[in-house]
Amino acid sequence: MPGQTFAQKALARAAGRDTCAVGEILDVEPDVVLSHDNTAAIRRIWEEFSQDRVKHPERMAITLDHAVPAPSAVHAQNHREIREFVGEQGIVHFFEAGRGICHQVLSEEVVVRPGQVILGADSHTPHFGWLGAFGAGIGRSEVAALWAQGQLWLKVPATMRINLSGAMPEGVTAKDFALRIIGDMGADGGLYRSIEFAGDTIHAMTLESRMVLPNMMAEFGAKNAVICPDEPVLTWCLERLAMRHGIEAGSSAWADLADGLRKNCLYPDADCELESELHYAAEDLEPYIARPHSVDDVVPLSELGQVDVDAAFIGTCTNGRLEDMSAAANILANRRLAPGLSLVIIPASSQVLEACIELGYAETFARAGAMLGVPGCGPCMGNHFGVPAPGETVISSANRNFRGRMGTPSAGIFLSSPAVVAASAVAGRIVDPRELD
Amino acid sequence: MAPTDRRFTGRIWKYGDNVNTDVIFPGKYTYTLKTPEEIAAHALEDLDPGFAANVQPGDLVVAGRNWGCGSSREQAVSCLVLAGVRAVIARSFSRIWYRNALNNGLLALECPAFVDLAVAGDTATVVLDEACIATSDGRTATFQPLSDDVLRILEAGGLIPYIKQQMAV
Repeated sequence: MPGQTFAQKALARAAGRDTCAVGEILDVEPDVVLSHDNTAAIRRIWEEFSQDRVKHPERMAITLDHAVPAPSAVHAQNHREIREFVGEQGIVHFFEAGRGICHQVLSEEVVVRPGQVILGADSHTPHFGWLGAFGAGIGRSEVAALWAQGQLWLKVPATMRINLSGAMPEGVTAKDFALRIIGDMGADGGLYRSIEFAGDTIHAMTLESRMVLPNMMAEFGAKNAVICPDEPVLTWCLERLAMRHGIEAGSSAWADLADGLRKNCLYPDADCELESELHYAAEDLEPYIARPHSVDDVVPLSELGQVDVDAAFIGTCTNGRLEDMSAAANILANRRLAPGLSLVIIPASSQVLEACIELGYAETFARAGAMLGVPGCGPCMGNHFGVPAPGETVISSANRNFRGRMGTPSAGIFLSSPAVVAASAVAGRIVDPRELD
Repeated sequence: MAPTDRRFTGRIWKYGDNVNTDVIFPGKYTYTLKTPEEIAAHALEDLDPGFAANVQPGDLVVAGRNWGCGSSREQAVSCLVLAGVRAVIARSFSRIWYRNALNNGLLALECPAFVDLAVAGDTATVVLDEACIATSDGRTATFQPLSDDVLRILEAGGLIPYIKQQMAV
């Protein structure tokens, strides 16, 4: 029997099996089940089962992030119902409005560990592949079923491996690499597939940059995407878990925790069966832009031509982390936004926001004329502040530019790295930050 | 599934590739619209503004590649069910949308050959037992028969009724 891919190993383990075959349907018990502002709606579905208690409250993770602070009484009532449910069911992993976006918060809190399976009522759940977990998005009914039964059927996906090697040119980011892949292969290029990222360039990236890649593979049609966990990932997990559980560095409990984390990691076998494999040279990459209204309408920024912008947005689970804030602050320092243009900046979590304050980025943003928002999803999917006017052009660090995504069907959304958004907000048109005076 | 449900004829609405969940059911409504009537009234709002007002029970939606890409929002399926759509036939489906369809008892058929034949406004007949779809002028296309796992969920009317049967709730 040939070796197993990461997806085979992760799903087999979660199904209580040693191995499994691609295409096989397994009843999988996820380690973590994620929901967010949709939790109240899921509760209404779950109530059809007439259970008093969910099966595994300790496996549930719930954040309030999609519309925070509540923009209307309807949204506020929704949050209230979720808090009541969390109290009734004794759910420990609950993160209040303002703590941040589910994928960022669960990463910071290490609610999900390397080698585990997380299923979430959110399409960007592949995000958790950055730390070597199997993450996949599912629907609300499926989350209700998981609350009731603890398991769900999943088909074992075939694997596409994407290799990146060499040195990234200055000004080129993980976001540009993700856009390049989706532009080359189409928005369904990874449909139903497990994506394994590999290569020296991937492991040379900061952890914050790595998070962009599995996250963006949701726009590639992927079921999950993963980067094999290495020492920086294990250190991230160990330090945060130790802090949460009050474990001192160097103690025997610390060593046990480190040992447990390491043993739970899953790596594809050298002789596993890959359905396809792509190779990219980092030197060949440049900044890319996705044009309205499709994530796969990608062109090199250098070939875009003149595009004037009305509004700009930096944030989301894709690009709202500290290094994204830092990239924006470097560009906005001692500069002002172009006249008539609005820039919304939303840190992905309260920890990112705190760091922005400590490092002076918050002041830089305010002085530049930007609007700094409460950690959460913001205007990404059009149900919170920052909605564009009809006909406006937006440059955004988010992950989707579908027609109407930000709430206005006639607005056009361009997607790029945060640095390009910040530079464009200064110039009033889409520009490469390397061209700013 | 009753025998009458295994062979049915409907009118075709035809769309292109990569139709995403934001144009099927806009994200701005996901936490505010709750009643079936409200949800159905916004189906395909940003793709085809005439759809919700003119769709008839039993109609078929036919589309290209990667239908339903984007968000996991289940209203991107339930808005079509509530609007009366009998089946969606596409070259391929986004994986979360496909799961949501089965889980809400909506038939989703991958059948590229039929997509080539389908004409908007025409009618077509789906025959599940023969795994084929016929145009009004008699041309046919076949699809991969549904697996037993999928049929069990569809026959129960979706995932929730299926689990309720299992749990004997």
